[in-house]
Amino acid sequence: MNELKRKSYELRKDIIEMMYASKAGHVGGDLSVVDILTVLYFEIMNIDPKNFEDPNRDRFLLSKGHCADALFAVLGERGFYDKQEAIQTFSKYNSKFIGHPNTEVHGVEINSGSLGHGLSIGVGMALAAKMNDQEYRTYVVLGDGEMAEGSNYEAMMAASQYHLDNLCATIDVNGLQISGTTDEVMSTASLANKFADFGWHVIEVADGNDCMQLVDAYTQAMQMKEKPTVVIAHTVKGKGVSYMENQKSWHHGVMNEEQYKQAIREIEEVLA
Amino acid sequence: MSTITNRQAICDVLVEQAKNDKDIVVVCSDSRGSASLATFASTYPKQFVEVGIAEQNLVGISAGLASCNKKVFAASPASFISTRSYEQVKVDVAYSNTNVTLIGISGGVSYGALGMTHHSCQDFAAMCALTGMRVYCPSDRFQTTKLMQALLEDDKPAYIRVSRSATEDVYDETIDFQFDKANVIQQGTDVVLIACGEMVPYAKKAAKQLEALGISTGLIDMYCLKPFDQETLFEQTKQAKLVVSIEEHAPQGGLGSFVAQALSMHQPKRMIQLCLPDEHLISGTNKEMFAYYGLDEDGIVKAVQNAL
Repeated sequence: MNELKRKSYELRKDIIEMMYASKAGHVGGDLSVVDILTVLYFEIMNIDPKNFEDPNRDRFLLSKGHCADALFAVLGERGFYDKQEAIQTFSKYNSKFIGHPNTEVHGVEINSGSLGHGLSIGVGMALAAKMNDQEYRTYVVLGDGEMAEGSNYEAMMAASQYHLDNLCATIDVNGLQISGTTDEVMSTASLANKFADFGWHVIEVADGNDCMQLVDAYTQAMQMKEKPTVVIAHTVKGKGVSYMENQKSWHHGVMNEEQYKQAIREIEEVLA
Repeated sequence: MSTITNRQAICDVLVEQAKNDKDIVVVCSDSRGSASLATFASTYPKQFVEVGIAEQNLVGISAGLASCNKKVFAASPASFISTRSYEQVKVDVAYSNTNVTLIGISGGVSYGALGMTHHSCQDFAAMCALTGMRVYCPSDRFQTTKLMQALLEDDKPAYIRVSRSATEDVYDETIDFQFDKANVIQQGTDVVLIACGEMVPYAKKAAKQLEALGISTGLIDMYCLKPFDQETLFEQTKQAKLVVSIEEHAPQGGLGSFVAQALSMHQPKRMIQLCLPDEHLISGTNKEMFAYYGLDEDGIVKAVQNAL
């Protein structure tokens, strides 16, 4: 097993611990997006927990903010703070590790949680880099259900208008949202065509839970000139825990003890 | 009467300051002309961002720029930037504490006959309701200039509402401006008028008429709605028999509400609120509408006489 896959499964374990301890969180989406976060934070992005104020750091925005749980695990593992604090206090009384990314947590760029905001903010960050002749890149991760928010399309236009080749969006296409499949709720079919029509470079990743496929995609995105890039990552909601996979009920389901033990056992089997 | 609008005063300050500050960025939503910011756009094209008619994006992009240390001024008609962008203002600017100054142009009923879609009679309420947002409505070009200079010195979110047409000068170059402190234009013991924005010149004329009638009249220019300058309000209304709030805004959640809230808790006074009604407004120029709704000097004088 490669290191990134190992890391993403270790992080899955952290997420399960966090979700079980808090009886809260969005476990299904966490498990679909965790490989994307792992690749960005441990392979792709230029970011240093000891020098987070560096103006040349890459910028990261979790626009699908309800998966803060996964981000908190990743930032802890990356050395921004004591990971155990996040796991033990998530969603609890007076914790800074609330259900959405917020700047009280070291490593978080801006508050999010209301869907459809991240891409516009990312456009602003990428524009600032161009204005200052800075080399940093801006990464924004969105959900596929989130693509029903109209503000995304305003941001897509602007990113293309300003040739933001330093902006890279990722859509975590797990095909499910709280009420059902994205096709049932509000189809976001042909996301690739939508982005291409708006002037973006599109990279489809067939298995968005495969770290190496993601690494290839982000590496390719860095070579793109004049156009922003979208990585359309086809993922599995609940990936890694058999009874959660592709089940909308695990959007924010809460595990009982037996389910918790099974989840940990299945993840450990992969790691073994 | 001055022919220089408050929006022009804003542009003049930004053009001047940007000479030595490449971090000042102006963002518009197809609004550079109506915001009088075309000069800024042509003088500093690299510090100007056009987002098209997309107010959510206007504010989101502004927040992104600000989070990368830009000093951002986002301008769009007050009706749209205050409520169409509300969600982005709430989260990306106010909650995230980004250095974005929202400039609501053509505020209140500036657009006159364009009707309710273009009026901003709820913007004070909407913006003041947000934790982390500051709200200003300067009266004339001198106060607007001072306010802009003050806002350039800090890095917190703010909303400024200005009107479309030029407002009569209330002050001159010697204005004694203090940031977040109301301007006391005159002191009086019978009645104290409290106004902001375009209402201040009308209130000033009304105060003159009232004085001529033997009524001692005070006048406060409460350009800072949030943080609201309670201290000046309490000081200036201690002796007053009547306090009158005057605003180009709906009755709820604006200047009158703040005055009433502050006085009722700390210094109860007889008070009347002059404002636009909570209904769809008649058609007309802003001046015609002010007269119709009793917000011009004659309306103010009558309301005070009836109340005393």
